[in-house]
Amino acid sequence: MRLHFEKRKSLSIGALFLVPAISFLASLLLTGLLLVAFGADPMATYAAMLKGAFGSGRAFTETLVKAVPLMLTGLGVGLAFKLRFWNIGAEGQLVVAGVAASWVALFWNSWMPPFLLLPAALLVGCMAGALWAGIPALLKTSLKVDETLVTLMLNYVAILFAESLYYGPWRDPKGFGFPGSAPFPDSVLLPHIAGRAHIGLYFAIALALILWFLINRTRWGFELKIIGSSHKAARYQGISVERKILAAILLSGALCGLAGATEVTGISHRLQQGLSVGYGYTAIIVAWMSQLNPLAVVPVSILMAGLLVGGDQVQMKMGLPAAMSLVMQGMILFPMLAGSLFTEFRIRRAGKAAKDAQTMAPGGAA
Amino acid sequence: MDLIASILTITLRAGTSLVYATVGETFTERSGILNLGLEGMMLMAAVSSFATVYYTGSLALALLVGAAVGAALAAVHAFLTTTMRANQVVSGLSITLFGTGFASFLGQRLGPESNSHRLVGLTADRFSPIAVPGLGDIPFLRAFFNQDLLTYGMYLLIPLAWFYLYRTRSGLWLRAVGEDPQTADAMGINVFRTKYLYTMLGGAFVGLGGAHLSLAYTPGWSENITGGRGWIVIALVIFSTWNPARAIWGALLFGGINAVQFRLQAAGTTIPAGILNMLPYVATIVVLVLITWWEALSKRVGAPASLGNAYMREEK
Repeated sequence: MRLHFEKRKSLSIGALFLVPAISFLASLLLTGLLLVAFGADPMATYAAMLKGAFGSGRAFTETLVKAVPLMLTGLGVGLAFKLRFWNIGAEGQLVVAGVAASWVALFWNSWMPPFLLLPAALLVGCMAGALWAGIPALLKTSLKVDETLVTLMLNYVAILFAESLYYGPWRDPKGFGFPGSAPFPDSVLLPHIAGRAHIGLYFAIALALILWFLINRTRWGFELKIIGSSHKAARYQGISVERKILAAILLSGALCGLAGATEVTGISHRLQQGLSVGYGYTAIIVAWMSQLNPLAVVPVSILMAGLLVGGDQVQMKMGLPAAMSLVMQGMILFPMLAGSLFTEFRIRRAGKAAKDAQTMAPGGAA
Repeated sequence: MDLIASILTITLRAGTSLVYATVGETFTERSGILNLGLEGMMLMAAVSSFATVYYTGSLALALLVGAAVGAALAAVHAFLTTTMRANQVVSGLSITLFGTGFASFLGQRLGPESNSHRLVGLTADRFSPIAVPGLGDIPFLRAFFNQDLLTYGMYLLIPLAWFYLYRTRSGLWLRAVGEDPQTADAMGINVFRTKYLYTMLGGAFVGLGGAHLSLAYTPGWSENITGGRGWIVIALVIFSTWNPARAIWGALLFGGINAVQFRLQAAGTTIPAGILNMLPYVATIVVLVLITWWEALSKRVGAPASLGNAYMREEK
């Protein structure tokens, strides 16, 4: 039997939900086999993870705490991926924004009215993230320099830069040698909703809605989609491709930046080790699992955050390696990618497809 | 003179893993497959080859395991990108994410339970430098001939890889597949088999690069032992314009940066360590920009024309 692959004109709704769901289950299964191989009981492990992530009010707020940066970076990465701009620098954009927001929080309170300090910190954070993403975007649009490498290399630079600050000039003199800056003034702290969950959650959900609207209901979004499918087609339409890409990547960086700014003002309340814990990389998984749909980013982020929090719990209670949740995350993408064959192509038996093509009216074939 | 020789010695040692991986990725990309999973593959190869030598004491077996692990992960990439037609960038990223996580999982799970850090901090057999009798004493040249076996292997690998790619029929077919898969297919070359073969062969060399890190350069296992080398290699392939003979220059450049860092730190420099550690990453960006700019100016295109595209056989 010969198979015939046809590119789908629009994504199949069924495959859109089924593929991520099946991928998640497949990842559970594969990781389960791994657990068995290492002598752990997979069912007990998963039960403990579920309980650890969603089993109590406190557990759920902890999951939300991790979901916020995943949502924001997931939105940013997803926006860039829509343009086929492979921004894998969300981690660096987050860290640089964390540094910039800390700079505002630590050094601007001497002259700035207290009520302006928090908005200023968030804004400067976004700007720093945008700037950090702007470097590879500018190199890409003006010189065609490969963005994957530049965004990734800038992650290392950002993390080392942050480290040299909190180990060096910004280190808290009253910190007993602990590597971290002085605590931020109260006026710059993000209000909390419940537990450690802060109002960054509202920002993330609102931004997901706004981004969905912009992409699906405006001319700007329509043009982005054309650029994403073909630069050539976009140029024929009279779209200034380079300028659009540059603007969208600045926005992508700003979203990742907001994640960093809310992390320091909402969670750590100082610049310290632990700002870079890999949210920017998990964001790639979030964006791809959401099939680049901003609305899907919200539930997918909560799921991924649950995996992280649940993974920490089984590490503490059952002595499993902390890296287990990383393995699970990594495994989700493989079935997901294999499944893209079914979301993007219609697969039919070769004979039938040929017959359909013949019966189609002249000019009707794409 | 002594200082130069010592810097050159470290440079070659630091560059070895880069050369193996660069040659491997060059072969892969020549078949039209971009594999961004190198970082994860090198980490997996590093942890599994160190675990092998720790448990069995056999360095040969450790190398074999490192190469096999690299090839196995590359096979996943080949399957996803050629058979399942998945996006090559995202598939490669998945390999890196998975490999990073799984390598650190193995590091936390293997090793004796008496060691609270498990595999981290253990020692085992390693590839130590062996001086070549006679040549190991000549002032300048001794930098080249006081190396470990894998580095000596590198001296052979570079000309062999070049010869294979440019002077053999198989090499010609490989290049044909990467440049124009349709025509190669029409010529009777099995495009899918070629892509699988060279993605896995490339993966095996990347695995050897990873193994060199944990068996020779920094013997033992530590998380993030690669420090981004898998990514630097992707840039080195561009830097060498997909020619294995030029892989040595990139490796010398980045190995040299490592060596200079090492010397400066040993000499107690006042430059903050953070700034010094940024060097290889900033240098990668600068090199990438210069190369891209130069290629645009001289209008030469080094990349295989079909790189990154899934090949679909036209249905009749």
